[in-house]
Amino acid sequence: MFTLQCGKQRSCKSTGSGLGTRVLSLLEEEFPDVCRIVTAVYPSAEDDVITSPYNTVLAMQELTEHADCVLPVENQSLLDILNKIDAMSYGTKLGPGVKRNNCVTSGGSRLSGAQKPFDAMNNIVANLLLNITSSTRFEGSLNMDLNEIAMNLVPFPRLHYLVPSLTPLYSLADVSIPTKRLDQMFSDAFSKDHQLIRANLKHSLFLASALMVRGDVHMSDLRRNIERLRSSLPFVSWNQEGWKTGLCSVPPVGHSHSMLALSNNTCVKATFMELRDSFTKLYKKKAHLHHYLHVDGMEQSIFSEALSSLTGLIEDYHHLDVSKSRLQRDTPRLRIATGSSS
Amino acid sequence: MSVVTIQLGQCGNQVGQELFDIICNDAEQSQRKTYSTSCSARFFRPTSKGDLVARAVLVDMEPKVINQSMNKAVKSGRWRYGEDSHFSQKQGSGNNWANGYCVLGPRHKDAVEELVRQEVERCDALAGFIPVMSVAGGTGSGVGTYVTQCLRDIYPTSFILNHLTWPYGTGEVIVQNYNSVLTLAHLYQLSDAMLVHENDTVHKICSQLLNIKQISFSDINMVIAHQLGGVLQPALTPDSYGVYSRNPLGELVSALACHPEYKLLSVSTVPQMPSSSIAFSTFSWPALLKHLRQMLISNTRMEVGIDWQVRPPPISERTRSLTQGGFNTSLANLLILRGKDVYSAETGGFEDPAIYTPWLRSEEAFSLWKSPVSFDKYEKFATLVSNSQALLRPLDDMVRKAWNMFASRAYIHQYIKYNISEEDFLDSFTSLEQVISSYGQLQC
Repeated sequence: MFTLQCGKQRSCKSTGSGLGTRVLSLLEEEFPDVCRIVTAVYPSAEDDVITSPYNTVLAMQELTEHADCVLPVENQSLLDILNKIDAMSYGTKLGPGVKRNNCVTSGGSRLSGAQKPFDAMNNIVANLLLNITSSTRFEGSLNMDLNEIAMNLVPFPRLHYLVPSLTPLYSLADVSIPTKRLDQMFSDAFSKDHQLIRANLKHSLFLASALMVRGDVHMSDLRRNIERLRSSLPFVSWNQEGWKTGLCSVPPVGHSHSMLALSNNTCVKATFMELRDSFTKLYKKKAHLHHYLHVDGMEQSIFSEALSSLTGLIEDYHHLDVSKSRLQRDTPRLRIATGSSS
Repeated sequence: MSVVTIQLGQCGNQVGQELFDIICNDAEQSQRKTYSTSCSARFFRPTSKGDLVARAVLVDMEPKVINQSMNKAVKSGRWRYGEDSHFSQKQGSGNNWANGYCVLGPRHKDAVEELVRQEVERCDALAGFIPVMSVAGGTGSGVGTYVTQCLRDIYPTSFILNHLTWPYGTGEVIVQNYNSVLTLAHLYQLSDAMLVHENDTVHKICSQLLNIKQISFSDINMVIAHQLGGVLQPALTPDSYGVYSRNPLGELVSALACHPEYKLLSVSTVPQMPSSSIAFSTFSWPALLKHLRQMLISNTRMEVGIDWQVRPPPISERTRSLTQGGFNTSLANLLILRGKDVYSAETGGFEDPAIYTPWLRSEEAFSLWKSPVSFDKYEKFATLVSNSQALLRPLDDMVRKAWNMFASRAYIHQYIKYNISEEDFLDSFTSLEQVISSYGQLQC
């Protein structure tokens, strides 16, 4: 697994998106049978790298072609999460494991103007990675390995963008807040506040969803909550029971339970459409294009191919969306000739 | 004669460990020497140090569950697994049947066959094999099917009884129906019979009979193991002439699976209650058997919620339908009674021709085994192994959901990647539709 940034973080402009995706295709060549799960940080609207739409769309073509799964993460969502943690921890005493001057709980987390707490934001993504690998590292009654994630959540090869959401949020900040009821954790996983990209899961179509639960949670709690949530979450007709579940016995440090939800949902279409629009705004005017074309091996066709790949992806998601409102009946079954007499 | 158990995947290794635990406990508690000797010989082998080692091979594509099972066994202090009787890898099968069957199975064939061979050589006489596996994941289902095929090739005259755990209808593995369809279609050609437990049914037993509030997989596994114990522990059969049967798998298969189209067996046991209640309950064979018979014909797999209105339909009214007024027709039944006063138990209700398919005589359809030794803490305990329409509806649901998914070709690329083609899927669907059709017409 590796993480790459499409937008700006610190001073890296396009290293993550360019070099990162090159590494991705090299990994595919060298180790074709090994699962490639990519955490990709997408730029927020106020990203001050003007050419970030170019970098992102170019990277996306590589991700669509060469990754098995992509977990998109938006800087803005990470910031929103930090703000919420901040609001929750204001006035609360620190948990026993918290270090002084932890950038989340100290004054440094009061977000001001252009300063972004990258350490804290990276910490959230790190937690995502910890959760996704928890079942590989610790025992549990229903293990879920990384390759099972790709298997269960990717029904069609290119549609492998999975919306991550983490609960509870305060587990990321080591603050001592009373544990919410277990059922609340499940509800929170499908609320916008806990997602790592801004998108509306509930109003779009689920193709599949995975719940990786850690800690002291019984299988019957898991099942009960799935039953409870199912009716409010629209799933595609051929995957009405599209839930993949994992139970890992060991919770994150200092907490009794936590959950990571990964959803293959058509809501990513909106994110990609915004991206396409920002790309097109620049590309129409050929703005800054010469910086790229000066590089050996770069041609304008690479841009148009990347754009067409993104458009194709948006159409694929759209096609599934349209099926949402259609009433689906069971496909007629194979008929077996019965030779016996009555 | 001895049984070699092969535990495959997470489910197989978890259930298997509980099974050996229950068998070992039961043997120790019985205080009847012939019973415990027979049981030990069947499932365990003695070592020079005098401890009991399970006649088992543990296979998984990742190491954690095998390690857990082996440690739990050692902690029991009464039995353990052979130190070298296991095989594992690091990466898992990714819930992909094709990966398990086409890649991992063949890749590790020699290593697994060697472990099985060693275990078989330690048996004075081999009664047969019990592969224990789930059908929903990748290792149990895919590697399990491949291993069963290898067993069939190497030991063509041995009995193979697969124990299968079917997943919850909702929310375990998204591609579970594909994996299940592929497994069942293949096993139908390889296995002598398949003994099935469904998580949904066992879950209801846990919640409604055993009053467990927060049910975990460990509870599910214990109920499965308990019911399996009721089937597999030594018993006196019509063919065994006063000693505990030396051919339990062979006799079970010939009692129940006389026709190659009908290989799906379900298990029901009575009584079933929280252990704390057992001491305060009294049991009579007439009451137990009356409940068990009604459970059979109304297809309720437990003692709560039995529909007493269900009766066998008159022969003139028998039609072809999936469920005829909720009545469950049997091909064959095996009743195993354990405990006090077994010789006086009246089992005529199970010999009634009305509950069987018309083309088999009820004398051929019904078998009775007995053991005077009580099982677990129950003074009287009855196990019913049925070849009936009980699994028809769950099987049909599984095929229907898999077919709907297949119609949109969702996830198929994941299987094609490992050499299972659309044609392979179609073949499996065809086989299972045939099975569904056969069971559906059992009452005609």
